[in-house]
Amino acid sequence: MTTHDITLTVNGTDHDLAVESRTLLVHALRDELGYTGTNVGCESSLCGACTVLVDGDAVKSCTELAVRADGAEVETVEGLADGGDFHPIQEGFQEEHGLQCGYCTPGMMLSAVDLLDENPDPDDEEIREALEGNLCRCTGYQNIVNAVQNAAGQMSGAVADGGKEMDLTREYPTGDDASGGDSA
Amino acid sequence: MSIDSIDPDDVDAADILGSAIERREDPALITGNAEYTDDIELPNTAHAAILRSQYAHATIEDVDTSDAETMDGVVGVYTHDDLARDDTPGDLPFLIPVAWQLPSLNDVDHPMLADGRVRYQGDAIAVVVADERYLAHDALDNIDVDYERRDAVTNPSDALAGDAPQLHSEGDRNVAFDWEIGDEDKTDDAFADADNVVEFEADNQLLIPNAMEPRAAVADYNPGTDELDVFMTTQNPHVHRLLMSGVLGHPEHKLRIKAPDVGGGFGSKIHHYADEALVAWAAKHLERPVKWVATRSETYLTDAQGRGHETTAELAVSDDGDIEGFRVDTKANMGAYLSTFAPAVPTWLYGTLLSGQYDIPAIHASVKGAYTNVPPVDAYRGAGRPEASFVVERIMHLAAKQLDIDPVEFRKRNFVADDDFPFETEVAVVYDSGEYEKPMDEALEMVGYEDFRERQEQAREEGRYLGVGFSCYIEACGLAPSELAGQLGAQAGLWESSLVRFHPSGTVTAFCGTSGHGQGHGTTYAQIVANELGIPYDDVEVVEGDTDEIPHGMGTYGSRSAAVGGSSLVKSAEKVVEKGKQIAAHQLEADPEDVEFDDGTYRVAGAPDRSIGIKDVAGQAYLAHDMPDGEEPGLEATSFYDPDNFVFPFGTHVAVVEVDPESGEIEFETYVAVDDVGNQINPKIVEGQIHGGVAQGVGQALYEGAEYDDNGNLVTGSMQDYAVPKAEHIPEMETGSTVTPSPHNPLGVKGVGEAGTIAAPQAIVNAVSDALDPFGVDGVEMPMTAERVWQAVNEQASADGSGDAAENGGEE
Repeated sequence: MTTHDITLTVNGTDHDLAVESRTLLVHALRDELGYTGTNVGCESSLCGACTVLVDGDAVKSCTELAVRADGAEVETVEGLADGGDFHPIQEGFQEEHGLQCGYCTPGMMLSAVDLLDENPDPDDEEIREALEGNLCRCTGYQNIVNAVQNAAGQMSGAVADGGKEMDLTREYPTGDDASGGDSA
Repeated sequence: MSIDSIDPDDVDAADILGSAIERREDPALITGNAEYTDDIELPNTAHAAILRSQYAHATIEDVDTSDAETMDGVVGVYTHDDLARDDTPGDLPFLIPVAWQLPSLNDVDHPMLADGRVRYQGDAIAVVVADERYLAHDALDNIDVDYERRDAVTNPSDALAGDAPQLHSEGDRNVAFDWEIGDEDKTDDAFADADNVVEFEADNQLLIPNAMEPRAAVADYNPGTDELDVFMTTQNPHVHRLLMSGVLGHPEHKLRIKAPDVGGGFGSKIHHYADEALVAWAAKHLERPVKWVATRSETYLTDAQGRGHETTAELAVSDDGDIEGFRVDTKANMGAYLSTFAPAVPTWLYGTLLSGQYDIPAIHASVKGAYTNVPPVDAYRGAGRPEASFVVERIMHLAAKQLDIDPVEFRKRNFVADDDFPFETEVAVVYDSGEYEKPMDEALEMVGYEDFRERQEQAREEGRYLGVGFSCYIEACGLAPSELAGQLGAQAGLWESSLVRFHPSGTVTAFCGTSGHGQGHGTTYAQIVANELGIPYDDVEVVEGDTDEIPHGMGTYGSRSAAVGGSSLVKSAEKVVEKGKQIAAHQLEADPEDVEFDDGTYRVAGAPDRSIGIKDVAGQAYLAHDMPDGEEPGLEATSFYDPDNFVFPFGTHVAVVEVDPESGEIEFETYVAVDDVGNQINPKIVEGQIHGGVAQGVGQALYEGAEYDDNGNLVTGSMQDYAVPKAEHIPEMETGSTVTPSPHNPLGVKGVGEAGTIAAPQAIVNAVSDALDPFGVDGVEMPMTAERVWQAVNEQASADGSGDAAENGGEE
């Protein structure tokens, strides 16, 4: 099997690695680089548990080849928190009880980040539509919708106050900290 | 409208029990720090992949593994014959056991790997172990299997027919069991004199659980100590330890089962499958860690499915609307083999709830279990109780319609009265407590039922079809006591065990034998223990899901955790408080009978300045310099709590829908759930459980169903074909609650995990039936896809000779 030397920038940290042609991005992230926060649910792009941001766009990493992400900026759930501060979407999920088993949650949050990046003030219907590629079997979705609304409220407030905005160019925890998003 | 979460720091210690505090589980889950089974990477791990039958029913003439075995990186390929020749330590019986017996049970052998015959698509034939995950799957393609195909049968009535293909030994006619409950003669008498008989015939379709995390296991064996550690997706580690110990012939005390974070279960992770046992065996055989993670395709083919009933039922009702008798005949799909709890599900968990919320003087039910060429069918969220509630609440709807009585009035007329509790039904259970009109009345208020009929009439005049559907469900949670469970066929007790341990510095670890997988036990159990001990919530840690850490346990399923596990924690905490009282009395130089405990402090009655906090008592207990005579040092206690009875949550769910008869599409106007689950430990978590349960019920009503073709091929074998509901498919839900504490347990709790799933399907089917009343449609088979709704309307129209139903329906 042919291997390829690629570079992935994950949560701000550059990683050089060799992958087979067929290696999926999710397996490169999880098995090669140890970012196990990204979960595999269906291997067919349908459930969204594996969603990560690639150059800012939500991508199902279970059907994306790692070689195609060569040179890309990838953001995983481990990069959402800013040091000890949760990202607003994380706060939203915690405050609104937007998760139960938590398996779909990393992908769900990253899809929501992508949505809020494009539409900072979505209505409930827009949120439900935007999350159609992310399945949750536990929550009945209602509290997930509330979580995204909560985050939208926080982010609009934060921006108005000159506070934190989702920014893929910001500095992230590096190396050994990468899997250690702080937990308040 | 929903309940607001509260930061635990904003709650007074005395109010912690019953507060809607945020979950402590969440920080790890939202930062990627959670550890699911596939996240565990032990040094030198090999990866397993399982070859599964491509046919639903076949004789296996030959399995050629030679090409796969010679592939670089493949370390082993094993079939049934390899297991049979195996010299790995342990006395391997090859067979997956059934943990629930019925008197008439026709149990059959269930080999770990196919022994010359496969009986469902997905039945395991061989296992490959390789250095890498991708390689193990590559090797599956290099195994050649010679099949001699046989005819398949996938539904129970066909399987029980005289000419059906036989799954097991000739002569058993595919009958797994033939079971009945109730008084047949009394019921026959009720029907003989009945003014009215209401008939109902419907299927309750097979469902695929679809926990978001696929099943997985990592096994690690130490040949030096003979210790075998298995990390796996389980809802009940101790039960898995017992069963796997038997299957592998491995001593139970040298087998550790640990549930890391588990990504949902809904029943599918209770059962003992061959797959996890194979992984453990391979780790022993190879003396190397082995990991197996199911693909989603495998979960579709092999996770135990749920429901699968074909039922006919009759209700005898007087002209005054009083129910006089109920007769039910069900054929239940058991799949190819009997899974762990399978025999209990369509019998004791189903038949005993056929009285619903109603005072029915005569009931008789018979249930035949059938072997078919589908995966084993076992407990799935609700397990038997949704099937029972569906039959009861559908026939209540149809009876009200047939007798032209308002469905609310008809139900209220037949409810068990408030002063009749405890209420013994005709089907062998005693309801603990209930006030059935209260949630019904609150739900009616929330949906605005008073004005609904008028609104419905106006809408019909505009050619719009609104419908309201009710579901007054009852549920039995926390199956108990163990003696009764044993009489019913359980091969284990159904108590729960816990250990509450003070540390010398005054913090506490609470161990419980349940095993949460998304329910938030870490939070709710800490609320219980902090409340009992009167110490800060943050000073309590909760540990579950590890047979090496927790003395014993039965696990999490059947909404038993709060009622049985939570109560066990109360009992352990009470023992800790009592021992602490002896030490406190000694140190306060008082008689223990004069010492009172409140809010974390021991006080001498009548002398409030003579007091000592329980944390200080803990410190003294470990210091052990000044103890009462004969008292052991340390401060901890264990309990094995065996409840007196089940608990019986109840409630009313109401769906209001609009159906477009021209397209068959169903839209929710509202969905209201009013549940009485007894006292609530954490109302936010209760609400979340209801939401999730209702969503799975909506899934069954409108979207989900396992379908097989004539050859037994699963045609809904992926998320592309099997509609797991998405965010846009689930309506906004309004929840309410009433509180009728259970008198049987110290917390007064009942159970909430399955309530929504039990209640929702028939509320929605009844609503669609109500909407389509002008078209003469009594009901639509689940899942009520737009096509099925459209067909139901048009078939009825053809039967009536009224032409195009959609055009004529509103003009009666």
